[in-house]
Amino acid sequence: MTVYHDPNKPRHVDDRVEVKHPVPEGASAKVETTEQIAVTTPPEVCGMGHRMKRKEDPRFIQGRGQYVDDVKLPGMLYMDIVRSPYAHAKILDIDASAALEMDGVLAVITGKDLEAHGLHWMPTLMSDTQMVLPTEKVVYYAQEVCAVIATDRYIAADAVENIFVDYDPLDAVVDPFKALEDETIVRTDKEVQTNRIWHWEVGDQAATDEVFANAKHVVKQYMHIPRIHVASIETCGMVANYNPATEKMQIYMTTQAPHAIRTVFALVTGLPEHKIQIISPDIGGGFGGKVPVYPGYVIGAVASLLLGKPVKWIEDRSENLQADSFARDYHLEAELAADENGKLVGLRVNGLADHGAADAAANPSKFPAGLFSICSGSYDIEATHVNFDAVYTTKPPGGVAYRCSFRVTEAVHMIERLTDMMAHDLGIDPAEYRMQNFIQPEQFPYKSATGWEYDSGNYPAALKKAMDMIGYDELRREQAEKRERGELMGIGISSFTEVVGAGPAKDYDILGIKMFDSAEIRIHPTGKAIARFGTKSQGQGHETTYAQIIAQELGIPANDIEVEEGDTDTAPYGLGTYASRSTPTAGAAAAMAARKIRAKAKKIAAHLLEASEEDLEWNVNQWQVKGSPDQAKTIQDIAFAAYTNHPDDLEAGLEATDYYNPPNLTFPFGSYICVVDVDKGTGEVHIRRFVAIDDCGNIINPLVVEGQVHGGLTMGLAPAMFEEIVYDEYGTCLTGTFADYLLPTAVESPKWETGHTITPSPHHPIGAKGVGESPTVGAPPAIANAVVDALWHLGVRHIDIPITPQKVWQALRDAGVSD
Amino acid sequence: MSKHSITISVNGTDHSAEVDSRLLLVHFIRENLDLTGTHIGCDTTSCGACTVLINGRAVKSCTMFAVQANGAEVDTVEGMAEGGQLHPLQEGFWEKHGLQCGYCTPGMLMSAKHLLSKNPNPTEDEIRWGISGNLCRCTGYNKIVEAIQYAAEKLQQEEVAA
Repeated sequence: MTVYHDPNKPRHVDDRVEVKHPVPEGASAKVETTEQIAVTTPPEVCGMGHRMKRKEDPRFIQGRGQYVDDVKLPGMLYMDIVRSPYAHAKILDIDASAALEMDGVLAVITGKDLEAHGLHWMPTLMSDTQMVLPTEKVVYYAQEVCAVIATDRYIAADAVENIFVDYDPLDAVVDPFKALEDETIVRTDKEVQTNRIWHWEVGDQAATDEVFANAKHVVKQYMHIPRIHVASIETCGMVANYNPATEKMQIYMTTQAPHAIRTVFALVTGLPEHKIQIISPDIGGGFGGKVPVYPGYVIGAVASLLLGKPVKWIEDRSENLQADSFARDYHLEAELAADENGKLVGLRVNGLADHGAADAAANPSKFPAGLFSICSGSYDIEATHVNFDAVYTTKPPGGVAYRCSFRVTEAVHMIERLTDMMAHDLGIDPAEYRMQNFIQPEQFPYKSATGWEYDSGNYPAALKKAMDMIGYDELRREQAEKRERGELMGIGISSFTEVVGAGPAKDYDILGIKMFDSAEIRIHPTGKAIARFGTKSQGQGHETTYAQIIAQELGIPANDIEVEEGDTDTAPYGLGTYASRSTPTAGAAAAMAARKIRAKAKKIAAHLLEASEEDLEWNVNQWQVKGSPDQAKTIQDIAFAAYTNHPDDLEAGLEATDYYNPPNLTFPFGSYICVVDVDKGTGEVHIRRFVAIDDCGNIINPLVVEGQVHGGLTMGLAPAMFEEIVYDEYGTCLTGTFADYLLPTAVESPKWETGHTITPSPHHPIGAKGVGESPTVGAPPAIANAVVDALWHLGVRHIDIPITPQKVWQALRDAGVSD
Repeated sequence: MSKHSITISVNGTDHSAEVDSRLLLVHFIRENLDLTGTHIGCDTTSCGACTVLINGRAVKSCTMFAVQANGAEVDTVEGMAEGGQLHPLQEGFWEKHGLQCGYCTPGMLMSAKHLLSKNPNPTEDEIRWGISGNLCRCTGYNKIVEAIQYAAEKLQQEEVAA
């Protein structure tokens, strides 16, 4: 176990850089691209490729899911939290006397109370520190100040109103560029008084500068990828249930990573890890927002520990939007260079990350800016250099992913905007320009200038398919005609490359815990099975897709396989579900564990058939004698024999566990094309069509993949056009409800048109890559590029997301267009 | 705080209780009756996760007091399936993959039920507007629309058959 960084020491670049991505030989073999989904099992088995209806759905459509707020335990108490009305203020006094006199109020917990147990601070997942409850000052608006425990949630809310906190306001630090000046220090608890958190560089600076010095064409653009919030429809919450008799702490919790959370809880609280059980029940959407440990979880656990009773804490929506980890908030000064032939040759980025009051990102620990260095995207670029700084501001800590693999969205938005800009500057059609600059299929495995080894890809195939599907040439003709008439229509392309499935354990860890994942499969005597995983679905459909992987490998019908996740007392250890890592890691573990079972099954079959193992071959769901398929034992026959008639020299039972350490990440990709019409009078953007071609390698369940893509596209649309967390000059959050923070409804969401190509991952046991986040990553630049394409002839080069009607109207007005 | 005696019919069964005047209907349903299919997502009538039918109309139960529903007929997701038979909307959501995390689903089903009771054969646009008071973060809505279209068709076939 890696020890946390000493929070009092400034962190330097040297323990973070020089991450290599070694890939074992043979892990990046050439693969062919197809469109046909392979189905090799009959419908009753429902292995890979079947459009199987989800196994988890019957409980959800009948109101029988069990989410954390549905948990009700005898004697359960409720917690509510007093939050700061200031972004930055000293706490002079907390007067809880009136609250404590109320009937039904049992306790008020302050930072001083936690300090007595050493629990007023906690580590973040990035080895920074974060207050659980403050003892001296608050550092963001809506920060937890103290907590009330009462017999009823209404009484707890009343008591919050009866606690009087005396604050002495300090200057807020809202602008991250201003934070760099260190006039007001956010983290006065640190030994070194600076707002700078880390500096990080990747790539060869000298080589990149040289390429730029010799480049014929350069485009340069400042972009802000704004602060947003995952806003899962279920907020965060917990029920902590400490039993003083057994000394066991059972915690029902909205977490995407229950096992890692258990370890963190053990290390932070000092409770023995075997006496902590984290249960992640049904989760109402995660998207990265349910990876971190929030102060409320710790306070709730302490409350249960102190009172010896179950304590429930459920955030309301405003608490969720105002205080939980945000996503993004990267300021990018980006330049792209091309040679005299228009070939892209160099990429140079200066970035500033606004982390709020703590670096509470959920990145693998060696990657302070996540996997941002994938920023050369789908293009063959000779030299890239990325230079990043991160600062503290008086905003909530973060940032988490918002349905993307560690900062890939920011990288993709930047490269896709720049590439489009370069194409427009050179007067080359953006589709043609991408085709010219793509990493070509024969270049895979491709080594990027920032050290990635792209496992497989066929970028021209995906873009060509998207162009054919949307009728690209015809749309360009229509656009030209409309432009003649003064109408504004734009076509935007995004050809993105994702990097998911962290990760090879050598380089990827969270707080020192390696990022493998696990599967444990147990076959019952009657041939039914239970499979448990270290991941945790929040809607991705693991109960179905994992069962299909096992069905594919063992021939046991997917409907006969129970999939369980989320209970740390029963499931094997794993790092959880985020960053599209479940299929690349735990999905691979499912296949590998099933193959171990198949190997043992062969021995039992040989025993039953009185044949030698070498004479047997596997066929869908049975071991059969080569050349005589009627001499066979099905997996069900074998399972029964494993408990009733197994060979003397073999253990009873039929089960296996696999902890899968992927040899490389996977690199899903796709090409999206968006068509917009822009209203000259109002600046309103209407998305007329949106075609998305995704390549996630082999497809486990086409129905689930379509659903993941549709959902991801809407979560790409959201920050592109609607969502932004906004603060005023005092650091007060102005977007604390769904009336201000706008999620797309069914009316704003276009009818997504989707398709796929299939370029299997050469190193993944079933050739899959992960898909849930590709569309969130790929969609925003397609939309932004479409809007800018509609306005380019008016002199508009760039509009920052979210592209609101006001911004478009302003751009039109600046361009002298009035209607 | 004053107490009120109320009787509300939920899924066809009368429930009487003494409740605080400020008790929200959604809490009455979830905590007094233990019908936890109805969810809370925003507390401000924005997300629709708490949608139930009150006398046949879709209402967001997080912004209504339990006392206001005194004497009313309330339908929740738990009452949709009859005799072990899924309602065509439930069937549609399952068939068409109209849900992922499932959290918005009960409210979405209730809004869709209200929509189809008013407009048995809605256009796609009418469906999208009909569920525009319900937020879904997972599905991107395409398949929810398909699920409601599936149910509309099935309900109409059933009517013809009857």
